[in-house]
Amino acid sequence: MTKITDSPVKFAVPKLTYKVWRVWRRNLDVFLKTVRVNFFPSLLEPILYLVALGLGLGGFIQSVEGIPYINFIAPALVAISLMNGSFFECTYGSFVRMYFQKTFDAIIATPVSVEEVIAGELLWGATRATINSTTVLVVIAAFGLISSPLFLLVPLIAFLGGLMFASIAMCFTAIAPNIDFFNYPAFLFITPMFLLSGTFFPLSQLPPIVQTVAQLLLPLTHVVNIARGLILGTANVFLLLSLAWIVAVTIFFFVLSINLMKKRLIK
Amino acid sequence: MASSEVLIKARGLTKEYGGFTAVNRIDFEVYKGECVGFLGPNGAGKTTTVRMIYCFLPLTEGELSVAGMSVSEHAREIKNMVGVAPQEDNLDPDFSVIQNLQIYARYFDIPKAEALKRAKEQLQFFQLEEKQDRLVTELSTGMKRRLILARALVNEPHILLLDEPTTGLDPQARHLVWDEVRALRKRGVTIILTTHYMDEAAALCDRILLMDNGKIIEQGKPSELIKKHVGADVLEVENDEKLLKALKTEFPSADFQAFGDRIHVFTTQPHGVFEHFLEQNPVTNVTIRSANLEDVFLKLTGRGLKA
Repeated sequence: MTKITDSPVKFAVPKLTYKVWRVWRRNLDVFLKTVRVNFFPSLLEPILYLVALGLGLGGFIQSVEGIPYINFIAPALVAISLMNGSFFECTYGSFVRMYFQKTFDAIIATPVSVEEVIAGELLWGATRATINSTTVLVVIAAFGLISSPLFLLVPLIAFLGGLMFASIAMCFTAIAPNIDFFNYPAFLFITPMFLLSGTFFPLSQLPPIVQTVAQLLLPLTHVVNIARGLILGTANVFLLLSLAWIVAVTIFFFVLSINLMKKRLIK
Repeated sequence: MASSEVLIKARGLTKEYGGFTAVNRIDFEVYKGECVGFLGPNGAGKTTTVRMIYCFLPLTEGELSVAGMSVSEHAREIKNMVGVAPQEDNLDPDFSVIQNLQIYARYFDIPKAEALKRAKEQLQFFQLEEKQDRLVTELSTGMKRRLILARALVNEPHILLLDEPTTGLDPQARHLVWDEVRALRKRGVTIILTTHYMDEAAALCDRILLMDNGKIIEQGKPSELIKKHVGADVLEVENDEKLLKALKTEFPSADFQAFGDRIHVFTTQPHGVFEHFLEQNPVTNVTIRSANLEDVFLKLTGRGLKA
């Protein structure tokens, strides 16, 4: 009798079919059932930021790079909401479904593969990002903070950026021994990004070394760049570099996270 | 009922986790239409074997085929024709009873109208109609178990895998599940169940595969296994040296096994021999009872069940 393999799971580019959408649809169904608690708080948050930071703090600030402060931070709020939406969906949300509810185990017993379950979760994370950030987009439009029709492209960027943060989040989920573990990425990864990605002040205010780190290692920096360019109408060809950075990082973590989860779920 | 058509076939089937061998080179067949029980203590390898059948766990070594298809290459086709009722409760707590069935049906690409029809049928069969709009978190353990069975049938499987279907249930709920399993068997569904309850295996299974330490140590019909290994009756007496000596003289070919301070005497001699002995050797605190599968298990493994 021959040994089939030493390790049950080999690193591979995932094979996916339309069944991915069955998993996505399950999560959408739950979201629609609980939309009142899931959706309305996310509507209030950007309003608070715009009032407190934009109007309150912004009163002390003349302008940033020739732009009124409230207009400067509005696109960042869109970017932050998509990051939070997908990252928390694919850490806490996915972990609860995997570990406490055993939902993944139940689905894997049907003709849906592990890879498809995880890919469905990632696409759902990206969808949450799109829903959340589109809500913020509507809020900043209501505040009259949109200056370019290019803003219509923001939901596409939100989906892509959401897929990136979802994929990174899923890597943490794959190695999390318990749910408290997510305090590490929340405080050591998400909070620095929230503050240091050119969100509430231009990166140029920071020492060059921090600027370089932010541009190389903090994904939110690139999402903020693009969102700001599209919403304020200052987009230029350099944004394509940010886009390329996001696409590359998304592909890398999408494949990695599915493989890490496979390793965790298949013994 | 059981035909000669082999539906599941395992050869040298082995599963290792880390350095531990959970299933150790086992061979078995399951025939179309039969109800086969994997019987054994916790940790015997029953659940691991079942999980390999529904392609949840990859094999370490050996061959395993379902309906002629290798589990390593045709997972999707096999999962389409198999219904699984796992040991643990993995119902979807975010949904109601009927939605659990409908959403599960969607994973099998069953169209919406058909899924609703089947969900209603299953709820009726499992007497859960009144609960259809409740959240699953509101159900009792017995009802959850029945909903898991109902869910396993939504894709109208050819093979039903029941992993410890009645563990943790009260006697009433347990008998309800038994009735339902028997009804499914009558419909011609091939059933594989794992259990550590001997009476469950005897009540439901056409054939039993007795597992211990990752090996199949014996197999056959429940009644035949009892007859072959422990005869018709078992005599239970206190562990007394004088009495033991007398018994050994009277029944030289019998098996004597000590369990705590009791001695179990197994003989393949006909019914009535123990009564005859007791008439001549009056002893107190003695039991004569019909032999059962538990005796077979204890005898074959030479020890009590693990916790």
